[in-house]
Formats: sequence, C-alpha cells, structure tokens
Amino acid sequence: MYDFEYHKPTSVADAVKILSADSDARPISGGQTLLPALKHRLNKPTSVVDLSGIAELKGIKRDGDKIVIGAMTRHADVANSAEVKAAIPALAQLAGSIGDNQVRNRGTIGGSVSNNDPAADYPSAVLALNATIVTSKRRIAADDFFQGMFTTALDAGELLVAVEFPVPEKAGYAKMKNPASRYVMAGAFVAKTGGQVRVAINGAAACVFRQAEMEKALAASWSPAAVAGVVQPADDMNSDIHGSAEYRAHLVTVMAKRAVAAAG
Amino acid sequence: MNAPVVFEGIGASPKRKEDLRFLSGRGNYTDDINRPNQTYAVMLRSPHAHAAIRGINTAAAAAMPGVVAIYTGGDMVVGSLPCGWLIHNKDGSPMNEPGHPPLAQGKVRHVGDIVAVVIAETRPQARDAAEAIAVDYEVLPAATSMAAALAAGAPLLHEGAPGNVCYDWHIGDLAVNQAAFAQAKHVVEFELVNNRLIPNAMEPRAAIGDYDRTTDQHTLYTTSQNPHVIRLLMGAFVLQIPEHKLRVVAPDVGGGFGSKIFHYAEEAIVTWAAARINRPIKWTADRTESFMSDAHGRDHVTKAKLAMDEQGKFLGLHVSTTANMGAYLSTFATSVPTYLSATLLAGVYTTPTIYAEVKAVFTNTVPVDAYRGAGRPEATFLLERLVDIAAKQTGIDKLELRRRNFIPADAFPYQTPVALQYDSGDYQSTLAQALKTADWDGFEARRKAAAAQGKLRGIGISTYIEACGIAPSAVAGALGARAGLYEVGAIRVHPTGSVSVLTGTHSHGQGHETTLAQLVTDRFGIPLSQVDIVHGDTDRVPFGMGTYGSRSLAVGGSAMVKAMDKIVLKARRIAAHLMEASVDDVEFDRGTFRVAGTDKTKAWGEIALTAYVPHNYPIEEIEPGLDETAFYDPKNFTYPGGCHICEVEIDPDTGHTTVINFTAVDDVGRVINPMIVEGQVQGGIAQGIGQALLETCSYDADGQLLSGSFMDYTMPRADDVGTLSVATHETLCTHNPLGVKGCGEVGAIGSPPAVINAVVDALRDYGVTHVEMPATPAKLWHIINSGRRAAAE
Repeated sequence: MYDFEYHKPTSVADAVKILSADSDARPISGGQTLLPALKHRLNKPTSVVDLSGIAELKGIKRDGDKIVIGAMTRHADVANSAEVKAAIPALAQLAGSIGDNQVRNRGTIGGSVSNNDPAADYPSAVLALNATIVTSKRRIAADDFFQGMFTTALDAGELLVAVEFPVPEKAGYAKMKNPASRYVMAGAFVAKTGGQVRVAINGAAACVFRQAEMEKALAASWSPAAVAGVVQPADDMNSDIHGSAEYRAHLVTVMAKRAVAAAG
Repeated sequence: MNAPVVFEGIGASPKRKEDLRFLSGRGNYTDDINRPNQTYAVMLRSPHAHAAIRGINTAAAAAMPGVVAIYTGGDMVVGSLPCGWLIHNKDGSPMNEPGHPPLAQGKVRHVGDIVAVVIAETRPQARDAAEAIAVDYEVLPAATSMAAALAAGAPLLHEGAPGNVCYDWHIGDLAVNQAAFAQAKHVVEFELVNNRLIPNAMEPRAAIGDYDRTTDQHTLYTTSQNPHVIRLLMGAFVLQIPEHKLRVVAPDVGGGFGSKIFHYAEEAIVTWAAARINRPIKWTADRTESFMSDAHGRDHVTKAKLAMDEQGKFLGLHVSTTANMGAYLSTFATSVPTYLSATLLAGVYTTPTIYAEVKAVFTNTVPVDAYRGAGRPEATFLLERLVDIAAKQTGIDKLELRRRNFIPADAFPYQTPVALQYDSGDYQSTLAQALKTADWDGFEARRKAAAAQGKLRGIGISTYIEACGIAPSAVAGALGARAGLYEVGAIRVHPTGSVSVLTGTHSHGQGHETTLAQLVTDRFGIPLSQVDIVHGDTDRVPFGMGTYGSRSLAVGGSAMVKAMDKIVLKARRIAAHLMEASVDDVEFDRGTFRVAGTDKTKAWGEIALTAYVPHNYPIEEIEPGLDETAFYDPKNFTYPGGCHICEVEIDPDTGHTTVINFTAVDDVGRVINPMIVEGQVQGGIAQGIGQALLETCSYDADGQLLSGSFMDYTMPRADDVGTLSVATHETLCTHNPLGVKGCGEVGAIGSPPAVINAVVDALRDYGVTHVEMPATPAKLWHIINSGRRAAAE
C-alpha cells in the first residue's frame, strides 16, 4: 500500500471535520473492502480516518417500531443480536450469511451500506425494509440512497451514522452465492411492513433495485407461487465468467420465491 | 535402548512429527528467512499478453529512495531456462524449443512476463520504483487460446516455432489401429476439454539469493520441491555456476502440487543479481503474481474414438490431443501430454491397439506444466467419460462394460500397447469394494427420494490406473528425459543409536518426516522420536531428484531401504565380532542382533556405539562408523489404481451441484501410515472435485487473466467437497522392496470423471451426453433450462 496519514477520531464531528477538509481522505470502518484495495494499491488516499474509536456509532437498540443499528456495528453483532433476531429475524440471518467469520467479525453495516457494492447483502435489506439512513447531517430514505454501482446519496465528508429499520410483519432473504467470491450473485429481500410489500434485488445488476412486478404480485397474494411466474428481464443483469444475464435474471425469480418461503 | 511401547512402524498411524511446528506457527518458510544486509526485489511484469519492448526508461526509478539496482533483459544476458524433456515429432525431428530468458529480451509473451527487476532496501520502495519505470510497449496481436494460435495468420510467438507448434508427436501403430476400427461393430466418438487450472499452493513462491564473494559461493533459498534439480538446471544451464559453488535450500514449503517442481526465472534473477550487488536479495510473490507466474496445469483438447466389438470388448482407441504449453516451455511441460498421459490410455482395460497423437501449442498465456497427476488425470478423464458414453451408446450397463474389459487379476505383469508394463492390480476387487461402500444398488431408491424433493440425483464411477514412482532412468531417458530419475537415501546412525536420514525427496505437506521415519523405526526397532528426516538442502543431502509423481516413498523410500540394508549388514558384522560368531549366523530383528538358535544377543545401541568407539573391533576388515548412502533407480513405474464413486444432487432451479458422497477405494500398494494416506487421498479428491465442479482459468481474447484472484478463481472449500469415504485395497508393487505404489496423486486422477459421470447421470432426462468441466451452476442451469425448453416446444 501507499503511505497515508492515519486518524482515529473519537466523535462523528471530528471525523467529519477531517473528511470535509480533504476530499482524498477516506473513512475506514471494518476495512473489508478498503484494506484489500489499499494492499493492491488500487486506492491512494491521503488520509485514512478510522471510525472504530467513535462510541456513538456502535450498538443496536429497539426504538418503538424500529431497530436502530449504529454504523460501526459488526455483522456478527447484528447476526447474534437478541433484539434483531426477535424483531427482524431475516436481517439477523442476512448478517450471519455475509462472508466468513473473519469478515463478520470486522465488517460493519455502515461500511457495507455506504460502499454499495452491487454484490453486497445489506443494501437489499435496507431497501426492502424501507430503512432510513441517518447521516452526520440528515436523514435519507432508502429509495433515495442507492444511486448506482458503488454510488450513494452521501456527499463528500458526510458520514453514515446509523440505519433505522422499521419492524416488518414479514421479511425473508435468499441468495445465490458467487461460487468463487461467495458474494451475492443474485439475492432477494422481501418484506411486508405496515401492509406495504417491498422486494429488493441485489447481486444481479449494477445496483440493488426494487422489483415492482414482484411487489405487485405479493401484495395481491403473499406466497412463493405469486412470484414464481414473474419473469425478471435479463436486459440490465450482470454477465461475467460466473453467469450470464439470463441466468441471473432466472435466479432473481428463484431467490424471490425462496425469500417469500423463508419469510413464511 | 528399549523397544517402543507403541508400535510406530509400517502400518501404524502416529501423529505427524512436523505438525507441532506447522500448527504452532514455527515453520521455517523461505519468506521467514532473513539474511544480514538483505535487500528486496520486485519484478516488473508485463501488462500485455504480447508486445515488443521498444525501450525501457529506468532513470526516474533508479533515483528513487532506497533503490539499490534495476536490471532489465539488456543487463542479464544469461542462459535460457531449460526444458527437461525432449519430445520428437512424428517425422523424428526434435521439437521446437525456443528460449526462455529470465528477463524479457525485446519481447513479452504473456501477462506477467518479467521485464525488469527492481532491488531496494525495502519492498515498498522497490514497488514504488517499479511503478516509475517507463516501458515503451508496441502491443502485438495475441493468441491466447490454442484455436487462435493454430489459426491461419495467427500471431507468431517465437521465430523458432513456426505455426506456434512445439511438437507434433505420436505413439502407437496407426495402421494396426485403423484395422481395428475397420472391424468394429460399435464406434464411439467425442471431443472434450480438460480445463486449465491454477495450482494455488498456500505458500506463494519466494526466493532469496545470497552470495559470499570471499568464497565465490552462491546460495539460493527457494520454495522448491526439488532443490538438487534446481541446482542442476540453474547452475548448469542458466548461470553457469558449478555445483560446488551453488547451494540450494528448500526449507519448509507450504504446498506445491507440482507448481514448485520447475525452475523459475525469479530464482535465477535473485541468484544472479545478488552476486552483482554483493548483497542478499529476497523476492516473495504476492497472490496476484502467483496467479500470473506459477505454471498452470492441464489445458488439453482431445478428440477420441473407441472401437468395440458386438459384446462391447474394446478393440482400439484413437486419440488426438492439442496441448497448451503457454508462452514458454516450463521444465517438464513437454512430457505431460505425451509420456505422462498418452501412455496411460490403456487404463485398466485390455484395449489391444492404441494410437495417440499430441500437438503442443504455444499461446500468449502463462506456461503450463505438471499439476497434481500431470497427464494422468487428463488420460483418466478421457477414458472414463468415453467408457460411460460407450455404455450409453451400446446399451451395455456401465459396470458390466468395465468388467468385460478389465485386465484380469491373473494377467499381471501386463504389457499395454502404449509402452508401460503394469506389475500388479486387482480391479474387480476395488470395484466390488467401492460399489458396496457406496451402496450402488440402493441408488435408485435414493434417486427417487431426491426426485420427490425436486432434486436431480446422479451417481458416477471411475475405474482408473495411474503410473507414478517416477521413474526408471533408462526408460525415461529413452523417452527424452534429460535427467536421471533415481533417488538417494543416506542413513546416518549416530553413536548412541539415533538416526538421521538424508533424503533427496522433499516434503511440502506430504508428511515425509513421519512416514519415512516409520521405515527406519520398523527396520531398526528404535522409537520414532529417535529418527529425524533431513531434506531440502543440497549441502546436507548428498543428491536427489525431489518430490513429484508420487515418487518419494516408492523411489526415495526404496533408496532408504537399500541404505538400511548396508547398515544392517555392517552392524551384523560388528555384532558377529562381539559375539564371536559367524556373520552368517547373526540375525537382526527390530533392534536385536542374535546368534541364531542361541540366547546370545546384542542391542542396537551397543552396536552403534561400538561402530564409533571401535576398541574391540574388526578394524582390519571393516571401517568404523555406521553411515551409508544408496542410490535407487526403480525397475519400473508403479501403478496405483482403484475405483472412485461420486453421488451428486443437482438443484434444477439454480444448477448448483452438491456432492453427497464420495467413495474411494484405492490400491496404493503397501500402506505405511494409513492416516497420512487417507489425508493425501482426501486432498487429491478435493482438488479433483475442484477441477470437476469449480475451478477454471479464464483468459479473455486479449490475454488478460479473468480468473486472476480468489474473487474469480473458485478454489474448493470444505463445504464443496461433501462426505469422503476413503479406503485402500492392497496389492503389492512387485519391483520395489517396500511393495509401495504411491498415494499422492490418485485422488486428483481418479475423481474428476467420477464427478462428471455423476453429473451427466443426474441430467439423464435432459438429453446430455457430456458436460465440460467445471460443471458450474450457471452451466448446468443452461443445460437444464434448454432441456426444459426443448421438452416444452
């Protein structure tokens, strides 16, 4: 890796100050994406701002009909959280399925959501559960947050602080893993919250997206059979050595079906 | 010395002596070694698959902090990295053998080819400087597949290899072969690909060059499976350093699977440059470099034809293969598709005539060479797929077809039509044992139960043989090997009776420090803790050819037996003197010398001490000391074989294959340590399942490696492998003193066709004859989906 300055602020305000002053500074949370990029010299930040010393970014709490998860909360903590398991078991299951033990013990929800890797798990939950992204300066609706491959609504110097998940009536997640990387090749998070159905598809396209046809079908009838007949067009699907666009489009339907079955 | 309480000799499974070191992080790998005043090298590698180098500007890089030296091809004009096996064309002319300079000379031929070496005080400084070197490339069209390299007007890699052909070789009598086909009732024909693999040893390659100008002594520490071979190849052919001035050390090595047999450019570069700068130089590959510079494996395309009579007896086999050599000839590349593969095409069958031809092709890819099994997995995959397809085509049951064509257990020694003479085997028995373990007869019920759950079950079998224990030197030499393939064992009995064994083989995960020590324990009757195995250092071990081709026990162990014979003979003479008996009357059995038929005995330790304290000693007749060396040249290859059965379940919705059960019954000859054999076979099967279901090396048309990291190259994980049941069925090798055959490669050789036969069986309702490896979820889903569409239309 190239040399960089290292900062370890203890408050969000201090972190934002450093990041705002230097557009080539990068925050680091769990480091599961940034560190490999640094090691491969694919990224050359002037400064790395380590968020692990900021107490206000950590933790999970139930707040009325919401589960609020701090940005620096590790995947393993979400997976094992009694609050999350009780309120949104599908979210705990999703967190427990990310990467391997090492990744889950380091990686954070804030890092995953801010990075918006098309093959990441969390964005599908954020979008399907209609979560609210709380940042250092505002609140952003999930529908407005994910803007494209590795692109979000976050401004330069703006830090994701927490994610607020409304507790759904039902939710389920299913994914097909890429055989090599075991990132998501195609995944579906389905949720019914306050009578509203949302279906978010991850892994299959350049960015997580809502599957409107499936939402309509599930609103009419919440069952695996309802989505089984919904064909995902292959046009915008990813295609690579692991699978064609056609295959991924097919997997979207299969995973949606399984997610509904998992949701019960 | 007391006899061991717990039996630790041949057939016991003591825990591996090396594991405390490895599992507690105390191994001593090449990158763990640091020499005083050491510098660090970074290789600047070509980003292009094929380009002319118009200029290299190192001025800016040379001025950067910490830079000690930068060398390019213009500086390092030395010998070519040699190829160790000469193959002849059909017309008798020698193969095309273009040079392989350690540093590119005016042209790069694959992504990863080395253009310059940067040596600096630290590795980051060397890397920074490497990025500052400006190379003026004229990018040339690349030929990255064999089809592209053989096409009319293809880009030419080497002036000395017209048409990008290395050789066009054959074996067998074509006229006899054609006559067999003319009489055939059934002919089965098909084409298949043996997919290209990237070895991925856990420890990346590394090398340290060290030079002492006061003695003109060069030392190379390297991640090698055969340090003496590296000394020979690099010393004699590349750098012209005589053996007595070149020491090669291969310390603990973290896996090789063949990829660390070969002499690599980086070894020559650090050895050469260390003498230039008069300082030690360390180079350690990162994983990205490993992907683009370790020799890859397999990569054959084969057309095969099998002739049968009415009853399905095999009458003749005709095989045409094109084999990818990559951009340069790696050390043993040329032997893999020819003498390590085509000679195995009889398999376990009595096919009377076999003709095989192999065209070896240069492409703008990483060199291809031996990888676990080397040629034998390719032959086995071809044969065992062909037999299954023949069964389907003729309507003869696939087990019955195999049984009808097996070489009978009473037909050994058996001369095949492709040069080899098998010494022993019992294919009916390994088949029967495997069928029972796998509950073959109960499969239909399991298939129906799976179908009721919407899953596709399949079962597949492979009855295979391989040739290892490489190799009789005269035979290998006649076939083009440029080295002898004997092995060396030295037994050094110390005055107190403990033993150091110096072996020319090398352990890089196989457990030799335990298995080889068990031979000594068994013979001398001393505890395992009293025996140490020394390997991997040309200054400590007299000579050796290293470890590959499952040869360490069959050849290296046999050399140890010969040396132990000499020790026992001498020890008996000493004992005879002490007991005032004739040497012919002195028996030795596990630690005790006894005058036959009497209670007069001498213990092992007493004789050892006497040899070194020769006060009462037949000094006129024998020398003091108890230290013997033997060279063992095998009389034949060894022929492990057996039966592998794989049961899979495919999810038709995703195309994902789950290995439910994998059963192996292997005849590896006498088993020295059953635990280690089981582990070796398990590892081989995991790699075979990897080849069959997961792994493949992908290049794009421009020669960029698409599967250049673990993000895209699918290594098998524990949950991919399923439940393995590994057993052995012994028939003894008849020509080596231990009766051993070898177990290192059988898993990787026998398993891929068992897996693919199972996959094809699972897809029986979809009109599938063959599935190319790897049978990825996407590939299988497309097959299933098009089958469904066909059914719907």
